[in-house]
Amino acid sequence: MSESQKTIEIEVLRYNPETDQAPHLQVFQVPFADDMSVLQGAQYIKDHLDGSLSFRWSCRMAICGSCGMMVNGEPHLSCQTFLRDYYPARVRIEALSHFPIERDLVINMEGFIDKLESIQPYIIPKEKRSLAQGEYLQTPEQLNAYEQFSSCINCMLCYAACPQFGLNADFVGPAAMALLHRYNMDSRDGAAEERMELVAAEEGVFNCTAVGYCSEVCPKQVDPANAVNINKTNAAKDYFLRFLSPKGGSK
Amino acid sequence: MEVFKADVAIVGGGGAGLRAAIAVAESDPTLKIALVSKVYPMRSHTVSAEGGSAGVKKEGDSLEYHFNDTVGGGDWLCEQDVVEFFVSKCAEELTQLEHWGCPWSRTEDGHVNVRAFGGMKIERTWFAADKTGFHMLHTLFQTSIKYPSIKRFDEHFCVDLVKEDGRCQGVVAIEMASGEFTLIEAGSVIIATGGAGRVFRENTNGGVVTGDGMALAYRHGVPLRDMEFVQYHPTCMPGTGLLFTEACRGEGGFLVNKDGYRYLQDYGLGPAEPTPRNKAMELGPRDRLSQAFWHEQQKGRTIEGRYGPVVHLDLRHLGATKLHERLPQICELAEQFLGVDPALAPIPIRPAVHYTMGGIMVNGLCASPLPGLYAVGECSSVGIHGANRLGSNSLSELLVFGKVAGVEAAGFAKSVAPGNSASLLKQAKAVEQRVTGLKTKTGGTEKISVLRKEMAQTMEDGCGIYRLADTMQKTCNKLDELKARFKNVNLEDGSSVWNTDWLLAIELEYQLDVAQTMAYSALQRRESRGAHQRLDGYEQRDDVNFLKHSEANYVADGAPRISYGDVKITKSQPGVRAYGAAGEKAEKERKASHV
Repeated sequence: MSESQKTIEIEVLRYNPETDQAPHLQVFQVPFADDMSVLQGAQYIKDHLDGSLSFRWSCRMAICGSCGMMVNGEPHLSCQTFLRDYYPARVRIEALSHFPIERDLVINMEGFIDKLESIQPYIIPKEKRSLAQGEYLQTPEQLNAYEQFSSCINCMLCYAACPQFGLNADFVGPAAMALLHRYNMDSRDGAAEERMELVAAEEGVFNCTAVGYCSEVCPKQVDPANAVNINKTNAAKDYFLRFLSPKGGSK
Repeated sequence: MEVFKADVAIVGGGGAGLRAAIAVAESDPTLKIALVSKVYPMRSHTVSAEGGSAGVKKEGDSLEYHFNDTVGGGDWLCEQDVVEFFVSKCAEELTQLEHWGCPWSRTEDGHVNVRAFGGMKIERTWFAADKTGFHMLHTLFQTSIKYPSIKRFDEHFCVDLVKEDGRCQGVVAIEMASGEFTLIEAGSVIIATGGAGRVFRENTNGGVVTGDGMALAYRHGVPLRDMEFVQYHPTCMPGTGLLFTEACRGEGGFLVNKDGYRYLQDYGLGPAEPTPRNKAMELGPRDRLSQAFWHEQQKGRTIEGRYGPVVHLDLRHLGATKLHERLPQICELAEQFLGVDPALAPIPIRPAVHYTMGGIMVNGLCASPLPGLYAVGECSSVGIHGANRLGSNSLSELLVFGKVAGVEAAGFAKSVAPGNSASLLKQAKAVEQRVTGLKTKTGGTEKISVLRKEMAQTMEDGCGIYRLADTMQKTCNKLDELKARFKNVNLEDGSSVWNTDWLLAIELEYQLDVAQTMAYSALQRRESRGAHQRLDGYEQRDDVNFLKHSEANYVADGAPRISYGDVKITKSQPGVRAYGAAGEKAEKERKASHV
């Protein structure tokens, strides 16, 4: 195959906190094939050119959420982004924006995990049911009400896209808000009211300035911007209803 | 060195590890649980499971049918008492997951829906579109957050077990972000680290699937059982090995050769009918389908592709609407990675390594022969898969036996006195010194990526779909050579923070041990059964000599010693494994003879 002689330049943002003052770019020549992903490019570098390059990856099929990085300045899953879409130009890969870099392409995601944990991401049942009583009934329509928001793979591309998160790292942010909405919309759950506190809090939905870039970069069509917007309305409604009922307006 | 005192330590945060952690927490909220994983739990490979999870649900189905499908599908190398327990618990565990929020696909009236799967007599595979593993894993992970007694050690890489007084009393792990070592003392340890498919070249597995826990248990004297049985999934993406779920065929997809002919009818799986019939044609078991591909290739009836011969998975007749509702991820994979719209064109596919049927030898309560050490999930051999796993049994296994492992390990931890901390710390420091030595030693010349590639190639050459003594012997020799060369390895990275060069080297050492158990067990099984098929005079199943579990025992600086253990037969005597019309005939005859 003549293609095996083609090469592409991959420019990588390197950072080793033990030896580097600051992140810097390094260029590698990588053999090019038209079905090669950006991840496979990075793997080639690690296996053949520089074993010290560090990045996260696992499933290779856009479901584990590990391999997000900036590709030419845009957040992408590197396993489903292809070098052919950049060839023959040089392609630049960097750690996801707005997160602290631990090393090379590896970011610190503890803040995100804290947010995910903070939204009570589990069913708090509306009605208790024993296993002997079997499953909760949930029609395809009821499933449809939340299914899209349950498809988040926690890849954090939306955080790298969100200008508000870039300004305020405490903002709960798109993915965690989509997950919160997923549980609120689940017909089995009865804890929307408990979660409302976080929605309306200082680090909640009102940080969002409706740029919508989060939904654009989402590789799973979760549409977190929509989840945030619905919750802005809910929180506003709840705020006004609080004047009428001490328990607030949420169900 | 940091020391954390736990009651139960769990290594692996995938479906099995998370289910076990929740079981410990629910059985006794005062027990401290350390959940150690080299990735954040939702990155674990359970996430990639697509098609579904088995549990008897439909009217007309029965536990007996699920039992028979599983035992026959495993070519009678299953522990039948364990299978009987397993099938009796699947539906309850799947319902538990429903209560925890899993978005199972539903029927119009709101009940959980089930789909057909290979080798299953009745539709009993619960599914969440074609992202079942993803939804199960996220449901378990998010539910686990409810339990304050579960202390997670995310991105902590386990490097050894510590033993004292003849029992396992903890683990040593590296915090990947700092390179620092931590000793986790524990009354009991559960290994839930998943399979080892990455020892093969073309595989469906994520990069993390490197057999870590198997190697750890094995080095501490626990046998790895039935390791020669490695499942080739018949429908994978050429080149990358990425999986196209069996649900493609459960929903009615066809497999056709270069002439557009549904070739499975030539291999005892027919007759070919326009709609799926359970346990026939495309809904035959995975071992038979992958073997049929091999034969088609020999006959020159496959299609030459960029990455070797392929056949076609044809889904066009299902129509775009059904494809996007039932198989959205498959559509996405085909479109993005191959540029194929499955509604308009067939998908080129070939078999790839998918699953390790064998693993850490444990009894029906997930206890290994080493007191205090438990294992669950793909890393374990609890005895339900035999020589060939049926699709959708492994996700149920994570739940059913995850719970068992958690309850049992909790009980064990409560029954033992606290360990000798000074002695455990001393052991942990010796581990630290040894493992750090790999990074600091100088003068090596071997590159880990080269050794890894040679290992994966030799496994494919010698331990593929069909096997021959001389190529298996070559693979054994090659693995011995690679183990020797590993001693001369040279790391390019000497740093502490996120040193993946170092971690990959440790993983490679695990993989070489596990690969050896597969190759040596395969060489010594002189028969054909399930996923282990030979072409060198041992083409038949030999129940006289080999209705036995193989057990690979660790020998320091040598090849594994292979011994054999009995198979528990309770109510199903080994019979002819037949599918399609022949299977239906055999079943009728079997029933008649029992009357």
